[in-house]
Amino acid sequence: MVEAQAESCRTQFLLEIGSRLSASLNTRRCAHATAELATSFLADAATVVLSPDDRRRVRWLRAVAERAAPEEGEVPATAAAVVPGLREALAGLPGSIRWLDPGDAPEWLLPGEFGPPRRLLVAALPGNAICTGALVLARRADGPAFDADAEMMACALAVRAGAAISAAVLYEKQSSINAILTADLLPRPLPELEGMELAGSLRASQQAGQIGGDFYDAYLPEPGGGPERAAMLILGDVCGKGAQAAVFAGRVRHCLRALLLLESRPERLVDLLNRSLLDSPVPYSQVTLVLGALHRAARGHLCIDLAVAGHPPPLILRQDGTVDEVASTGCLLGVLEETGVRPVTVDLAPGEVCLLYSDGITEAFGGPIGREMYGEDRLKSALASCAGMPASALVERLEQLSTDWLAGGDHDDQALLAIRSGPPSGREDPI
Amino acid sequence: MSGLISVALDLYLERIGEADDQGAVDLVLGLLDDGVPAEDLLLRLVVPAQRRVGELWAANQWSVAREHAATAVSEAAVAAVAVRACPRPTRGRVTVACAYGEYHALPARLLAEVLRLRGWQVDFLGASVPGPHLMTYLHQTGPDLVALSCTLPTRLPRAHSVLTACRSAGMPVLAGGTGFGLDGRYARLLGADVWAPTADAAADNLEAGPLPSFPASPDAPAHVTGEEYTQLLQRRPDLLAGVLDALTRTYPPMASYDARQMERTAEDLGHIADFLCAALYVDDAAMFGEFIAWTCAVLRARGVPAEAVVTGLRILHDRLRDLPRACRSLTEGIRAAQAAARSG
Repeated sequence: MVEAQAESCRTQFLLEIGSRLSASLNTRRCAHATAELATSFLADAATVVLSPDDRRRVRWLRAVAERAAPEEGEVPATAAAVVPGLREALAGLPGSIRWLDPGDAPEWLLPGEFGPPRRLLVAALPGNAICTGALVLARRADGPAFDADAEMMACALAVRAGAAISAAVLYEKQSSINAILTADLLPRPLPELEGMELAGSLRASQQAGQIGGDFYDAYLPEPGGGPERAAMLILGDVCGKGAQAAVFAGRVRHCLRALLLLESRPERLVDLLNRSLLDSPVPYSQVTLVLGALHRAARGHLCIDLAVAGHPPPLILRQDGTVDEVASTGCLLGVLEETGVRPVTVDLAPGEVCLLYSDGITEAFGGPIGREMYGEDRLKSALASCAGMPASALVERLEQLSTDWLAGGDHDDQALLAIRSGPPSGREDPI
Repeated sequence: MSGLISVALDLYLERIGEADDQGAVDLVLGLLDDGVPAEDLLLRLVVPAQRRVGELWAANQWSVAREHAATAVSEAAVAAVAVRACPRPTRGRVTVACAYGEYHALPARLLAEVLRLRGWQVDFLGASVPGPHLMTYLHQTGPDLVALSCTLPTRLPRAHSVLTACRSAGMPVLAGGTGFGLDGRYARLLGADVWAPTADAAADNLEAGPLPSFPASPDAPAHVTGEEYTQLLQRRPDLLAGVLDALTRTYPPMASYDARQMERTAEDLGHIADFLCAALYVDDAAMFGEFIAWTCAVLRARGVPAEAVVTGLRILHDRLRDLPRACRSLTEGIRAAQAAARSG
């Protein structure tokens, strides 16, 4: 009878270990799960001590039975290295279970308001060929001592917890490297410029990483750069998808930043970019893009000098709700010596909007019936329904309409960038 | 204090209706200076005003553009309150997100700010968060709880998959928003750990008890009636194309519809199909009836009589005779549309 109970308890223990430790890729959550599993089945208090990190600090997390929130903290690696049992476990020396006399345990390793425990069980957490940490178990002095069965269960927990925590540590490291590498590829927040409002939206087809071949950016003129220097906007779409496309898009943006030191006319910049791409040793170094130089004009107007290279032509939302298409001439960059790009200037009265977008918006398949392309006409009538909206609300509405259209289907990279002339809200400033 | 708010409500509505963000921000910050608690400003001023905005849109008194501009101003007002009142976090960490496709971000934003005011460390991810992105974020940050917002029942299937993914990753889920049903019935059905009707109730709920540190094991998976839902989803393109065609032949006024009106009608049919899918997903015919009653009111305000809806639903019913649950929902819908036709 007792044997059957113990057996069922062990089964329950193994099931819970399986479900809880396979769930998360977060180090802290894994440590928390480990400590809680230990207090549910093995001990009155359990502390997970992680191996020293890059800063030579040791993070620890403790669960105490019947208490809701875990205790957490960190100590210098040197403070953990003087604790007998813990020292050997963290050093990855052979042996899975060690014992620690409470008298030798530092204060941070003992739960508060707990009273002196029995001798502590220290189990090493094995990991990625190096030790991941240690699990320190405490039982109250008035309870039963750890027996052979408990030792076996502690070993079983330590092996699985070590695997889970080491995977989470690895994921955390990879994620932070990934974050550093991709930080420059994500769109930067658009600047606030006087006399206009900018808003953008970028959605990558690969949803986990959120980087892709569509991009936009804004470049501010150097202070004192002369009256001919204007703020410059770019929206483009490079050949390809995913990380590789994002890296190439990043190169285009940086190339443009350098060129802007020497040249300010959009059509000339486009030609220079084209030459640089033609010389690129990387195959398929091709991009379609729109460049726009922003000039504030009299009576709250905004003039934009546009260069459109093989890209869907920008749309203009007029005050009365009509939508015009900008005439465009050039071809995509990185293919031909001559791009054929001619500059076009659009004049926006206060409240009027110039919308740049990528073909991922118009070439989305879906709709109420489920098999139609969104198309330019729908984008134009959607834009027409946005007259009077702030640029941010306008971009969000267009993004929403296109997501609704997709109805959960796959999509290409999608970019939107709106430039609205006049004061940031629908209200006109008092004269 | 509540007197101050009710006096300010009309003025606030007027300012957001004019897209006057500075005016709206000045108003809420002024009230904050007068001693009105930040949480009251969010829940007793912004929430009722936004509810009114929704009603004005439904009644066709405000255009879509005006509704969106007003909501954008409310977001600015909420942000202003949040910047002014930001206590130090003393509680756990919560991630607040809208499922992919959910663009009504303001209710989720309000929850995020109320939790922040109550001392939680909140990460607000905003509207329409792609599932893989959310999961990556959750693994990287390891919050104690995920709060998931769903304002329309049509987003329930997607919210369900996010909810399940979060729980499988070991994080309990708080479900909120009208999409989960006014009494939270769909939240419970789909396996949410906590549900609350309002942001302050959610905060109270989290304060009251210790959060489960790990979701209860999903030994009883959510009961969803997969069979008919799947069938309808697969048949949807042909079905809707056929219904649109039949409707053009049987509903005389459509003969004179222009391209834009035809497009609108296709959109309306799409919404009806979305709600029918949702009703099948959670097996609740009443949900479909309520949606049809609301749709008839919205369409009537735009000059489309409820008879058109009755005709459309009858055609759908004829073509879905092999799906008994779908027929039950459609019968409920036809009844609601007929009632709307009589009262109109």
